[in-house]
Amino acid sequence: MNALLTWLTDGANWSGEDGIPHRILQHLEYSLVAVLIAAVIAIPLGLFIGHTGRGRFAVVNAAGAARAIPSLGLLFIAVLVLGPRLAGDAAFIVPCEIVLVVLAIPPILAGAYAGVEEVDPATRDAAKGMGMRGFEVLTQVELPCALPLIFSGLRSGTLQVVATATIAATAGLGGLGRFLIDGLSVRDFGQMAGGAVLVAVLALAVDVVFAVVQRYAVSRGLTGRFGRRRVAPALAPDPALQSTH
Amino acid sequence: MTWFTDHFSDVLTLTGKHVYLAGVPLILGLIIAIPLGWLARRYKVLYAPLIVGTGLLYTIPSLALFILMPVFIGTRILDPLNVVVAMTIYTVALLVRTVADGLGAVPESVNQSATAMGFNRVRRLFTVELPLAVPVISAGLRVAAVSNVSIVSVAAIIGVPQLGSLFTDGFRRNFTDPIVVGIIACVLLAVMFDVVILAFTRLITPWQRVRRAV
Repeated sequence: MNALLTWLTDGANWSGEDGIPHRILQHLEYSLVAVLIAAVIAIPLGLFIGHTGRGRFAVVNAAGAARAIPSLGLLFIAVLVLGPRLAGDAAFIVPCEIVLVVLAIPPILAGAYAGVEEVDPATRDAAKGMGMRGFEVLTQVELPCALPLIFSGLRSGTLQVVATATIAATAGLGGLGRFLIDGLSVRDFGQMAGGAVLVAVLALAVDVVFAVVQRYAVSRGLTGRFGRRRVAPALAPDPALQSTH
Repeated sequence: MTWFTDHFSDVLTLTGKHVYLAGVPLILGLIIAIPLGWLARRYKVLYAPLIVGTGLLYTIPSLALFILMPVFIGTRILDPLNVVVAMTIYTVALLVRTVADGLGAVPESVNQSATAMGFNRVRRLFTVELPLAVPVISAGLRVAAVSNVSIVSVAAIIGVPQLGSLFTDGFRRNFTDPIVVGIIACVLLAVMFDVVILAFTRLITPWQRVRRAV
């Protein structure tokens, strides 16, 4: 405990290339890039599958199977196979980013798909009855109604990316995982535990940011957030969409 | 493939350890999550804090939790107990909500019938509500089992031996065979856990089969 506090409060650890602020920024950068790429692929695909009902079987099974694949193994395979074909820092960064994207896609896809599928058929019929075309129904009715589950998927995917980016330090990636791995190799418990605290806080902070964005992005008609009523349960992610670390 | 046949007994030993590290927390987690889920259901004020609180626990990345365990429970860093406790925390985090939802899905009329027949609250919970909630709880348990198998492998980084050791070992020696074998073994193990939970659920919910047959 003392070693942990000493490490966290030592000013020398808070500056420079391998200082805490720079590592946090690196970690956020890797995670953000991966989640963005995954979202650009998975959200439209999930909306399409939910809207048309095509490929439903594939999505449900992909999300389940992805949960069973150990991310550490996938990461090492990617670095060993792709690494030698790339030069410099790209040898670590590119394979790691690819794995992060691959791991983030299934929960985001499942969220988008389930969100559209679970829209009340009466609502969809009403939209059609008002003369909306298929695409209008999707963008103006199904998408807003699906937002809570889309957010669940995004949060679950982001969580997985932040956790896996930490593990990726064993494969040479920067970010906060460096403190855990470098501390481990030199038996510096303060550094390891300090890094672990920072990772945990970062993961929680990112999830809270998502929860707040979700709170204001989702229509009040869905959350029942009128006046001062709280919707705390919406803060908890749906376990069915939960991915692993 | 020759690597696998040469190291078959090693892989088997590691698999055994993996089953222990992923399976024991599953049982412990279920035992802890049932009263917590019941509390969340029974007292409305507790629902949000319990569900959000356990949800936040699940947010902590596994490697960080493994490394922080000694700070909380005073073990040494290489102690497998760290992994067991951390995995139990994740299992509880996933199951509290499932148990609460499962109990909530029991029809109110059934609860009232049980009460009218003179069941006290404890007896009603164990003989009526929990059995009826089994299908929902089992679905959550399957999610927890599969993710446990996958998360446990991360513990290889802090030197706790199980199938994940094949990943770190293969990576260190720039050798993909053990990694591939490890991934396949992990996936098979996850499927095995899934099948066991499904079979057990079928065994203890005979009324579900009757309903399907009718």
